Amino acid sequence: MIIENSEILLSVKDLTAEVDGNPILKGVNLEVRAGEIHAIMGPNGSGKRTFSKALAGHPAYEVTSGEAIFLGKNLLEMEPEERARAGVFLAFQYPLEIPGVSNLDFLRVAYNSRRKEQGLEELDAFDFDDLIQEKLDVVKMDAAFLNRSVNEGFSGGEKKRNEILQMALLEPKIAILDETDSGLDIDALKIVASGVNQLASSENATILITHYQRLLNYIVPDYVHVMAGGRIIKSGGKELALELESRGYDWVLEQAATEVGV
Amino acid sequence: MSATVKTIVNQPYKYGFVTDIEADTIPRGLSEDVIRLISAKKEEPEFMLEFRLRAYRQWLKMTEPTWHSVQYPPINYQDIIYYSAPKKKPKQLNSLEEVDPALLETFEKLGIPLAEQKRLTNVAVDAIFDSVSVATTFREKLAKEGVIFCSISEAVREYPELVQKYLGSVVPTADNYFAALNSAVFSDGSFVYIPKNTKCPMELSTYFRINSGDTGQFERTLIVAEEGSYVSYLEGCTAPMYDTNQLHAAVVELIALDNAEIKYSTVQNWYAGDENGKGGIYNFVTKRGLCQGVNSKISWTQVETGSAITWKYPSCVLIGDNSVGEFYSVALTNNKQQADTGTKMIHVGKNTRSTIISKGISAGNSSNSYRGLVKVNPKAQGARNYSQCDSMLIGDNARANTFPYIQVQNNTARVEHEASTSKIGEDQLFYFAQRGISSEDAISMMISGFCKDVFNQLPMEFAVEADRLLSLKLEGSVG
Repeated sequence: MIIENSEILLSVKDLTAEVDGNPILKGVNLEVRAGEIHAIMGPNGSGKRTFSKALAGHPAYEVTSGEAIFLGKNLLEMEPEERARAGVFLAFQYPLEIPGVSNLDFLRVAYNSRRKEQGLEELDAFDFDDLIQEKLDVVKMDAAFLNRSVNEGFSGGEKKRNEILQMALLEPKIAILDETDSGLDIDALKIVASGVNQLASSENATILITHYQRLLNYIVPDYVHVMAGGRIIKSGGKELALELESRGYDWVLEQAATEVGV
Repeated sequence: MSATVKTIVNQPYKYGFVTDIEADTIPRGLSEDVIRLISAKKEEPEFMLEFRLRAYRQWLKMTEPTWHSVQYPPINYQDIIYYSAPKKKPKQLNSLEEVDPALLETFEKLGIPLAEQKRLTNVAVDAIFDSVSVATTFREKLAKEGVIFCSISEAVREYPELVQKYLGSVVPTADNYFAALNSAVFSDGSFVYIPKNTKCPMELSTYFRINSGDTGQFERTLIVAEEGSYVSYLEGCTAPMYDTNQLHAAVVELIALDNAEIKYSTVQNWYAGDENGKGGIYNFVTKRGLCQGVNSKISWTQVETGSAITWKYPSCVLIGDNSVGEFYSVALTNNKQQADTGTKMIHVGKNTRSTIISKGISAGNSSNSYRGLVKVNPKAQGARNYSQCDSMLIGDNARANTFPYIQVQNNTARVEHEASTSKIGEDQLFYFAQRGISSEDAISMMISGFCKDVFNQLPMEFAVEADRLLSLKLEGSVG
């Protein structure tokens, strides 16, 4: 929802980043306020993934210039775990399998690291168990998943639901969902989308990174941005996504080319 | 290596200090004269000298084995000092007050308090410094139960008939090159004897410390568990940091008679050399247990984190019917460390069972091999073995190998082998980090999960220690 003059959660200015020495992001600007849902769309190789990984602080994605201010703090100076504890959440396109570490332990340690950051006492195993049972309902997950190793042997849909479970637990200020719809059948997509919608509030914001309009039928964005060649070249409301769906990306690219005069 | 992880400081080896102590050191080199000198210094009976000389003559005819997958420059056996002992040590220790304070302080620094009031409450310790045992705690209490726990040198003098009966009965003098060398020059070690139907009331533990720079350590441990007895024994090892390599060639022999059980645990943290592979201990060890009696059981648990090269195969020979052999191992290598370790389970008696759980963790540029033999002899009716060998790679430059050898000569035997390989990389760590979990915690969680089956076998206080040790060793190794 768009709220007049709500708090600016994230402000990105002229962000450039490279991977293995190849420049990918070439000056990204984006402002996200509390309550908003943004969708970033764009063709393959446009820099969407790099943008999300750079914000989260993946070491392989090197920011070369520009700034990213999160809740008044310079995000780029923070370690990845500090960003997470401060409330930046990235739902992975391909969640990793962690053999030998139980999902429950993983969730508890993650949750307590966030609590610690907020100056709260860590939850013990009993209290945590009560909390996690509530959160499981958000994504309609069976408690049996808690005792399995993190994502190990999970189906594609289960992995994505596990991501949203983590999000429900950690209650981030800003959640970046990287291609969360990829590889999901329609039922799983509905569950995941419903989870995201339940968690969205006037206090937080969501950035959806997606290739297809399909997800946006279930999670309705306030803003749609088109990324190409490492920049956001067009922004609009939710109707832009529908236009992209029917007309493809070429017309936006052409339009941008004439505007910039490339 | 990622920038984030690079900033985590590599934990230095905190046991690398040298104790400045006056030592009685014999000249470098090995000859019959040197062996006679060692034997004389230790005031050994004639049979012991004969044992040593026989081993030495056999050793001269043997060649160093080359079948392993570790690499090291040739060892000059004439350049090693075969005996070094702190000078002030009286022959027979009546109380700890007679121990050189510098030594007590050394062990204190290592976390092994020997002083009466600070002792670990339920662990008796035999502390070995270079070539000699400096103190054995709780001896009187143990003696009340009939348990003998002392240095092997003392045992040779005080209990010659037991030593003569069992020494070399499991690992014969000519068993292999390093066992022969050890038999010729062994300087000290621990001796444990548990009488019939006795459950040893506390954990027994030996702490080995190499201090001198050019000294080889050749210790010899002998544990005899009489019928119906039980003992749990733990050894720990550290050494100072030197640029040169030091040889450690030990022999451990275990004998379990009818219905006896021996649990032998090792936490090995010898100096591993620096990150470029300079210095460190060559740990070439022969460990073997004989399940001689029916229903006997021998269990090896090892956590190997140190040494430039680790080369050892704690084994069980299952002779008694229904006897059980177990091997639980975590071997961790980092930087340029090399490990070639595993076990041998030799099934001879009927319905003998063995379990092998091996966890190899390789980080940095290290190489970690599991090598194991499961052998079922023709008469071992109903023998069973289960082996599981898991490898975990950390980073992109580490190597892991598995060499399982299986020889079955009895068609009623059941032998199972499972193996897996996993990897901790930058992406896993980023996944943890993105959930607010630091790299240290992430590694520690993954390693604990990976090693759980083995740590569960360790006495509790040592399991915690082992867990921490592994995490420390791996700090800064990922990326």
